[in-house]
Amino acid sequence: MKHFSNRYIFIFSIVMVVAVATLLSLAATLLQPAQQKNLEIEKKKNMLESIGVKATRENTKELYDKYIKESFVINNKGEPVAGVDAFKVVLKNELKKPVNEQYLPVFRATPDNGEKVIILPVEGKGLWGPIYGYVSLKSDLNTIYGVNFDHQGETPGLGAEINTSEFEGMFPGKKFFDDGNFVSIQVIKGGAKPGDIHGVDAVSGGTITSKGLQKMLYDCIKKYNDYLLKNRT
Amino acid sequence: MSINEKEPWFSAKNLKLLTAPLNKDNPITVQVLGICSALAVTVKLKPAIVMALSVTIVTAVSNAVIAAMRQYIPDRIRIIVQLVVIATMVILVDQFLKAFVFDVSKQLSVFVGLIITNCILMGRLEAFAMANKPWPSFIDGLGNGAGYGFILVVVAFIRELLGSGTIYGYPVMQKIGVYDSGYINNGMIILPPMALILVGLIIWFQRSRNRELIEK
Repeated sequence: MKHFSNRYIFIFSIVMVVAVATLLSLAATLLQPAQQKNLEIEKKKNMLESIGVKATRENTKELYDKYIKESFVINNKGEPVAGVDAFKVVLKNELKKPVNEQYLPVFRATPDNGEKVIILPVEGKGLWGPIYGYVSLKSDLNTIYGVNFDHQGETPGLGAEINTSEFEGMFPGKKFFDDGNFVSIQVIKGGAKPGDIHGVDAVSGGTITSKGLQKMLYDCIKKYNDYLLKNRT
Repeated sequence: MSINEKEPWFSAKNLKLLTAPLNKDNPITVQVLGICSALAVTVKLKPAIVMALSVTIVTAVSNAVIAAMRQYIPDRIRIIVQLVVIATMVILVDQFLKAFVFDVSKQLSVFVGLIITNCILMGRLEAFAMANKPWPSFIDGLGNGAGYGFILVVVAFIRELLGSGTIYGYPVMQKIGVYDSGYINNGMIILPPMALILVGLIIWFQRSRNRELIEK
């Protein structure tokens, strides 16, 4: 091994750090528009999946315009908030505000069977990072029509199972309210009893993610409480 | 290594770099590297395969890069340089995937952190790439990635079959109809400690077949 002087080592590290930093920030800046576009498509795709429409990256935009017709923002008292684009609301930023200043997006959609559903976004914490998703409700604003969950860093095969169709498939038909009282959905370790309209099976080996998901549904949907009760049919 | 005479690309020596990690030089069962990620991603076959492929590619390429730079890397900060090279590459690739092949990037998102911290990478850079030319280093990376992937796939196969009753998502156990006769999936197999026990069994099996691996 050659001997290097301290001077060489310093110069080497400085050059390396500057080169790497330039390279990475350049890549991040130049690729950002393309990444943003992908994220937007992903968001629309997830929303469509929550109403049972399978979209590919190519036809997402078209299907989104076809099925999801209307969107608006309300506050936690169920009153409409004017002048805010529901699609552009970033839920993560909203969660940091006091609850009565948060913008709550609502999307109205009509799947092929003619059912009038609304789609509500949810966001919470899993074991390693954020988990998020969309919950669509039938026109009684109580029964789940479909769900779509996703995560950023849950362990594959354990917590990451929340975005499989086996897990999401347990949600349709479950109810958030009981006699006008908000009870939300519980994840039950060892499996929910058949006929339990408020319970689904927890992910085995993914207890913390499952609990996070339960808390996410409770916290996020609870804010829509007034709106859901006022507008149910 | 010969100094002036040109070595063929796939000489016997180079081929050995490719095959040795599959058995007597296996990164997991013999070098005991990369165990942590082997526990994390072997619950199902699919993530195991994704992880195996990513680690193979990253090890091979970063081995080649470090080998090309090896004359200029000051000995005293070599570990930092190795880490910077690995991290930069993985992040760059991830950024490109996010922009152009979003679906692949979604598959990989969870693994990015696991790849950077995988001990196999640092282990091979330290042990091989710092002292060899780029091409043999590249092959060494491929071989070690394959050896790692092989164990991952074997463990994932057993864990998915016994823990979830499926193979690559296909419900085998349900199709054979063993549930009707009272069979239930073994929930313990899903938990990380069972992967360690399975790796232990593989090490036992391998050493019983290959006596020269047994330490005196």
